[in-house]
Amino acid sequence: MTDLHLAVALDGAGWHPAAWREPDARPADVFNPGYWTDLALEAERSLADFVTIEDSFGLQTTGFQGQDQRTDQVRGRLDAVLIAARVAPRTSHIGFVPTALVTHTEPFHVSKAIATLDYVSTGRAGVRAQISGRAVESDHFGRRYIPEFDPGDIGKIEVTELITELFDEAGEYVEIVRRLWDSWEDDAEIRDAATGRFIDRDKLHYIDFHGKYLSVKGPSIVPRPPQGQPIVAALAHSAIPYRFAARSADVVFVTPTDSRSAAEIVAQVGVEQALAGRARQRLHVFADLVVFLDTEAESGADRKRRLDQLDGATYTSDAHIFTGSAGRLADLLADWQRAGITGYRLRPGALPDDLQAISRSLVPELQSRGLYRTAYEAMTLRGLLGLDRPANRYATAPALLEGASA
Amino acid sequence: MTKPRKQVHLAAHFPGVNNTTVWSDPRSGSHIDFESFVRFAQVAERAKFDFLFLAEGLRLREQNGKIYDLDVVGRPDTFTILAALAAVTDKLGLTGTINSTFNEPYDVARQFATLDHLSGGRGAWNVVTSWDAFTGENFRRGGYLPKEQRYDRAESFLQAANTLFDSWSGVEVLADKATGRFLNDEAPGAFAVRDEFFDIEGHFNVPRSPQGRPVIFQAGDSDAGREFAAASADAIFSRHGTLEAGQAFYADVKRRLPAYGRTPEELLVLPAATFVLGDTEAEAQDYAHEVRRAQVSGQTAIKFAEQLWNRDLSEYDPDGPLPEIDPLVGENTIARGRASVRINEDPIDVANRWREIAAAKGLSLREVVVEVTSRQNFIGTPDTVAATIDEYVQADASDGFILVPHITPDGLAEFADKVVPILQERGVFRTEYEGSTLREHLGLSIPSPRERVGAGDRASA
Repeated sequence: MTDLHLAVALDGAGWHPAAWREPDARPADVFNPGYWTDLALEAERSLADFVTIEDSFGLQTTGFQGQDQRTDQVRGRLDAVLIAARVAPRTSHIGFVPTALVTHTEPFHVSKAIATLDYVSTGRAGVRAQISGRAVESDHFGRRYIPEFDPGDIGKIEVTELITELFDEAGEYVEIVRRLWDSWEDDAEIRDAATGRFIDRDKLHYIDFHGKYLSVKGPSIVPRPPQGQPIVAALAHSAIPYRFAARSADVVFVTPTDSRSAAEIVAQVGVEQALAGRARQRLHVFADLVVFLDTEAESGADRKRRLDQLDGATYTSDAHIFTGSAGRLADLLADWQRAGITGYRLRPGALPDDLQAISRSLVPELQSRGLYRTAYEAMTLRGLLGLDRPANRYATAPALLEGASA
Repeated sequence: MTKPRKQVHLAAHFPGVNNTTVWSDPRSGSHIDFESFVRFAQVAERAKFDFLFLAEGLRLREQNGKIYDLDVVGRPDTFTILAALAAVTDKLGLTGTINSTFNEPYDVARQFATLDHLSGGRGAWNVVTSWDAFTGENFRRGGYLPKEQRYDRAESFLQAANTLFDSWSGVEVLADKATGRFLNDEAPGAFAVRDEFFDIEGHFNVPRSPQGRPVIFQAGDSDAGREFAAASADAIFSRHGTLEAGQAFYADVKRRLPAYGRTPEELLVLPAATFVLGDTEAEAQDYAHEVRRAQVSGQTAIKFAEQLWNRDLSEYDPDGPLPEIDPLVGENTIARGRASVRINEDPIDVANRWREIAAAKGLSLREVVVEVTSRQNFIGTPDTVAATIDEYVQADASDGFILVPHITPDGLAEFADKVVPILQERGVFRTEYEGSTLREHLGLSIPSPRERVGAGDRASA
């Protein structure tokens, strides 16, 4: 079986909050384009399907809400979609799945941004749709009030209601983004000099979306992107986001702790997928792992301990934290794959060290076991993920059906 | 004492979705493939242009209730394409038109600050406004803005964005591994804006960018627009065809600056201009006429006339006379999503002017439209075009031009190869970039951050 998929999650100087202090780290460069280009090129050496780029509308902070006022960790970031656009022309095969925050933004803008990313990368774009549940971020927009809550409050009914609402809105948002990608048929541009028409306007479609939270008319201002539908991804930890991902995404990032929980999550996502009527569509389930890999100089476990000491706290994560050799990580990946996981989003503990260990140690290990590709075999991100270019939902629809609301 | 010769500023407008572009020409390429943008930008950079310019429209134009299909339709997302172009250029400024009505200051400021970081200080923002519910149908906030408030909101929006740009002074990031201090400020980016339009506060999360703030352009021509430019813009994008009209506009906007404590050098006037080159004057004129005819087909002429008449004129012959009936006064229901329609003066006056032109010169409907829609054109040999551009700039009709070629993407190359060297020989255009930021190209200073908001905001964060 060689269809194991890898993705690399890029964020700041790496996922450990003290990673920026490593000798090879380039903390002064995290706001410079060359830094991101170098990371993407290293990820491309690993033959990964794609990189993700994190984003948020607030400063990074230790807890979920508020602002921690720490000066000893990386704070500040650039817009993830624009980083992807800046880096994509310098790469040739790897996909880009930047985070787009969907709670305070306009689906019309995000749809055309990702369609354009697909043009500038010639078919290698995706987007990770993320909600914002932080009160400090809603204050940056002043459009709606989001009360402060903590992950510990998630059992409370009002918190469940709020989270359900935010994910339902995200579901409408992604539906709008996807309809706009289809709002031009592929052959809408005709340049017919005889009739003077640049487009065949019968091949442009109003999306006429009227939902509970959002309404958008369409069509997009951007012609249908090269992949038709760029990839949509979502990170999910529990039932409500599983449902969102099962309805809306092509790739769901999940956080199992062992092969048994991996199997349970895969089953849960599968149930939601069936309920959403998408049972026959391919939905990739990628497990997120934070990785600290052994190097010649130091074991991954020692490096994590050293970084924990620098930070003054033991690093914990929503995802399983792996420390050890490339060989043991390959064992884990193969094990969870048998539980139904189709790919992995690896979060390097420190950049560039753990990314280099992925491309230079883990990948050769996987290849020697026949588990992983030895060259890029497709020119688009959908192709790398084994997904066909989808038919346009409007191309064959009778005119009478257009304009049906969600 | 003679006045020192002014340097000419030149920019390249990637042709937008209007009838400037002759898409039926066999040389006309894709308007959406990235390769077209790369070629266009690289020609502009090879010619040492100040910047590339992109327009924006957030709803496809419609006429008679249908999507307008005679011109180029479709364009990329402004921020995304400019960020990608930063990867294939080194010095060229990157100017994007972004609407202040269908966006929020926090998001827009983040994207411009990011673009400025990702381009090493080459970002610029052409601030435009709209109020129409037609475009608003594509957005969650809809078309809620009363027309008369559009510049008020734009001004508030820009001030809010400036507050965000200035919320980091540029010294916060230490990234000092030895001491373990990444920041020297425990709550950087503190801001609060409260006015008629916005009530936002918190901490901006993008550190100060190389230019501090993007270069600000303003494109409206109304009195409110000129005042907005005088108060807040670094450059004004205008459309004034003749030398005299350009001089009048130039004097008018520069005259408004002292009231805002600004000097004339702090606001550049950069009109849009098209060009047609030939080996002889006659050849250039012939080719220019051919281009105009291609830009205004019979069908296009009818559509233009409908925009003014506000009536369905599809039964009229473009090669016949202008309609005898008068334009329908009131809300324009025939054409939507077009800036030119929204700012029409009294349509009956305009129609009467068209009739006078038709009578005086014996022109058909199409020929009138060809005549009246003709914008600033530099037509001639490379020598005469270079001389005319220089003359306009030295005579204070402009500080340079934003050139719109009629062939995409290679229509700029002829100008770059033939006219630019002559301007360089005349000593009025750079032969090499002297700086690396757009502010340096334009002779604008890097703004210093303003006073931070009160400590009270930080303490309560």
